[in-house]
Amino acid sequence: MRLHNQTPCPRKPSTGTHLIRNLKVQAVIIKTLSIARACLLLSLLLLSLLLIVSCDLGPSNRATGAAQQILHLGNGTEPKDLDPHIVTGVTEHNIISALLEGLVTEHPRTLQPEPGVAASWSISEDGRRYTFKLRDNAYWSNGDRVTADDFLWSWQRLLMPSLAGEYAYQLYPIVNAAAFNKGELNDFSQVGISAPDPQTLIINLAYPTPYFLSLLSHFSTFPVHKNTVLAHGKQDERGTLWTRAENFVGNGPFVLKKWRLNYLIQVTKNPFYWDQENVALNEIRFYPIDNAQTEERMFRTSALHIASSIPADKIASYQQNHPEKISINPYLGTYYYRFNVTRGPLVDPRVRRALSLAIDRQMLVDAITKGGQIPAFSFTPPNTQGYQPPSGILRYDVDLARQLLTEAGFPNGKGFPTLELLYNTSDGHRRIAVAVQQMWKEALNITITLSNQDWKVFLDRAQSLDYDIARAGWIGDYADPNTFLDMFVTNGGNNQTGWSNPQYDQLIAQAATQADQTLRYKNFYQAEELLLSDSPIMPIYTYTRVQLMHPEVKGWLANILDHHPYKYVYIDPIAVND
Amino acid sequence: MLKFFAARLFQAIPVLFVVITATFFLVHSAPGGPFDAEKTLPAEVLDNLNARYNLDDPLYKQYLSYMGNLVQGDFGPSFRYSNRSVTEMILTGLPITFELALYAMLIALIIGVSAGIVASIKPNTAQDYIPMSLAMAGICMPSFLMGPLLVLIFGISLDWLPVSGWGYAPGDKILPAITLGTGYAAYIARLTRGGMIEVLGQDYIRTAKAKGLPTPTIIYRHALRGGLAPVLAFLGPAFAGLLAGSFVVETIFQIPGLGRFYVQAAFNRDYTMILGTTILLSTLIVVFNILSDILTVWLNPRLTLKD
Repeated sequence: MRLHNQTPCPRKPSTGTHLIRNLKVQAVIIKTLSIARACLLLSLLLLSLLLIVSCDLGPSNRATGAAQQILHLGNGTEPKDLDPHIVTGVTEHNIISALLEGLVTEHPRTLQPEPGVAASWSISEDGRRYTFKLRDNAYWSNGDRVTADDFLWSWQRLLMPSLAGEYAYQLYPIVNAAAFNKGELNDFSQVGISAPDPQTLIINLAYPTPYFLSLLSHFSTFPVHKNTVLAHGKQDERGTLWTRAENFVGNGPFVLKKWRLNYLIQVTKNPFYWDQENVALNEIRFYPIDNAQTEERMFRTSALHIASSIPADKIASYQQNHPEKISINPYLGTYYYRFNVTRGPLVDPRVRRALSLAIDRQMLVDAITKGGQIPAFSFTPPNTQGYQPPSGILRYDVDLARQLLTEAGFPNGKGFPTLELLYNTSDGHRRIAVAVQQMWKEALNITITLSNQDWKVFLDRAQSLDYDIARAGWIGDYADPNTFLDMFVTNGGNNQTGWSNPQYDQLIAQAATQADQTLRYKNFYQAEELLLSDSPIMPIYTYTRVQLMHPEVKGWLANILDHHPYKYVYIDPIAVND
Repeated sequence: MLKFFAARLFQAIPVLFVVITATFFLVHSAPGGPFDAEKTLPAEVLDNLNARYNLDDPLYKQYLSYMGNLVQGDFGPSFRYSNRSVTEMILTGLPITFELALYAMLIALIIGVSAGIVASIKPNTAQDYIPMSLAMAGICMPSFLMGPLLVLIFGISLDWLPVSGWGYAPGDKILPAITLGTGYAAYIARLTRGGMIEVLGQDYIRTAKAKGLPTPTIIYRHALRGGLAPVLAFLGPAFAGLLAGSFVVETIFQIPGLGRFYVQAAFNRDYTMILGTTILLSTLIVVFNILSDILTVWLNPRLTLKD
């Protein structure tokens, strides 16, 4: 089938066969030029279009933000969901803590528990019974009262095995909570939570847990609005539509206004919030930006007030030119390497300790990471809620390292097999791995090969102990040494080194039931001594939070968990400058 | 033509079937699963999650149930974004990526065809070398370099355009479209030049010249139709490539399009999302190839749509 017939060239009366050839050539040149000109014109047109549009860029987000108290935040990746009982990430935390509130909140700097939905509480002498009095002016964003029953129902939801809530273990200190969550117990009334009246909540703990109050400011223990959840599915159903902007009912200082996938989450002030007169911001906009370069550019062009990440190579320039916009603060997390203690020369603790002693951590943070990280000589970051980890066991000591390696049968690295260092693909991890590889070569004369893997492959290999040395990082869930040290109990899910020490297990178990804080920290101290001298892991540095923030943002205070209760945050229009 | 279209679509079915099956088994055999994280889940929780998404069934059973749902147009729920279905995510992202690809294609065509024509009029002169060297530079310049460069000039130094976003501030669509378009503009320029030079050397053009037709008439009315044939053949795959390859540009400019979902899904082992986007993109590639064939025939009367 023919689609189209080409029409023959139209006959034109012969115009100038008698014209001089030169003239004709000239004409062709002129025509050719006119085509070129047309193209040029077109490009100019495009460019001017660009200019016209760009003339009306309008005021920046910073300018409108200062005038209307709207905070623009860079917020990592797109949240998986906004259901506090399902999600786990920092990204989600940042949004949920604007939308919901637990029994207690945190002081913006010290993180000490402050009254939230609970106006007051009392703790029994043995530290195992908590009685919360809920405030009578706590409301949901639809006007319903927040009652003790809301907490009962929400915690039951978190603990239901069929919901598969990943943070259910946060409630394990409560009597029978672990058994209920593991499906060994089906009767929720046997779990140590009760609500004798709408404003009283009584919690019985299986063992005194000095950090229990700080668990209650973690988003997984926040209440959800029962009728809203039930309107869109069952109590234990994952991924229903109740968390969508059009359905969400919360009890926090802000309400969910808009949720555009991969683009923007917008929350506005909640008029029903009990402390709403102390909430200065009218609106917060969270942008899921997974590219640090893009985020920094948005920050620089005043599209963001706060950038949550910054490319490592820009840190120095900000420190030099805009020290008022960059802040580097310690963070409750440790960057470390795992040793697989089940195979090869790493079975010998002397070898592991030698490797750990041969690393110049100061050099690594000064020359490689450059983000103000603190060299780590213990697994728990120093001064975690007053806990001081043992010092002196790990240090930079090449002589001792060589000596230990000789004792282990590898004098000057002789006969030491080639080990593989595994890390997930990332430039930052690669640079550290290369430096460590070099340090080991120079100090101990041993050869390490580097292997980078895609994130999921990396996790899979670490979990199945299919590695020699693997990179790792751990961020504490709450400000207590327990969140670090209970990882390395025998067969702990996050142990992943094959390391086991009955004495260590016993010390951690003792600490869990110990009411006296001093004795408890002593248990942790002894446990950590064992961990460091046996060296199934090699701490490298304590994380820092590097953040860009314009100076007009006030009330955003530094703390080790990087938590920033939004009700204390405001924008000072006078401080807007460039 | 209908018959041709139907026949080509029919041929596409086995292709898509192979793509879906291969992708399904490949993603499931990749190490790591959708629920692996730095913090290991308790075994009970992991079992619950696997049961929720039927990952505890044997693989062939999962495959059959997936295909069964697919035939009914159900791509399943996203594993990562727990309250979204794959269909919803595709419907959110696709129009944005489509719009971006369309603008990029327009820019590529305007720049590419003009440059190609200019170069073909006087081959092997400065008028040819300059635009073609620029085109070569354009092909060589990856979008992850082009994008930040344009942003640096127009967004930050000159402060003319927003550095990110899509439809949020006026003019924020310009830089992403240019970034994505220029690479293809370069290809199109080279194709146009080649096609035009070939056509301009043919008898009927000489005839037209001999008759004294003005050059623009010769170029636009007579030569362009034949000269653009290679470009047209390229358009289908190019448009599909723009859709599938928008990931980098979407990341640089913070655009909530499909490209970002596609790549992130692979990293996250979001099985249903990987499959959904792969099926969609392979379907688009097939369809655009067919359309491109039809267009080529329409412009070249010597070809017919007989299959």
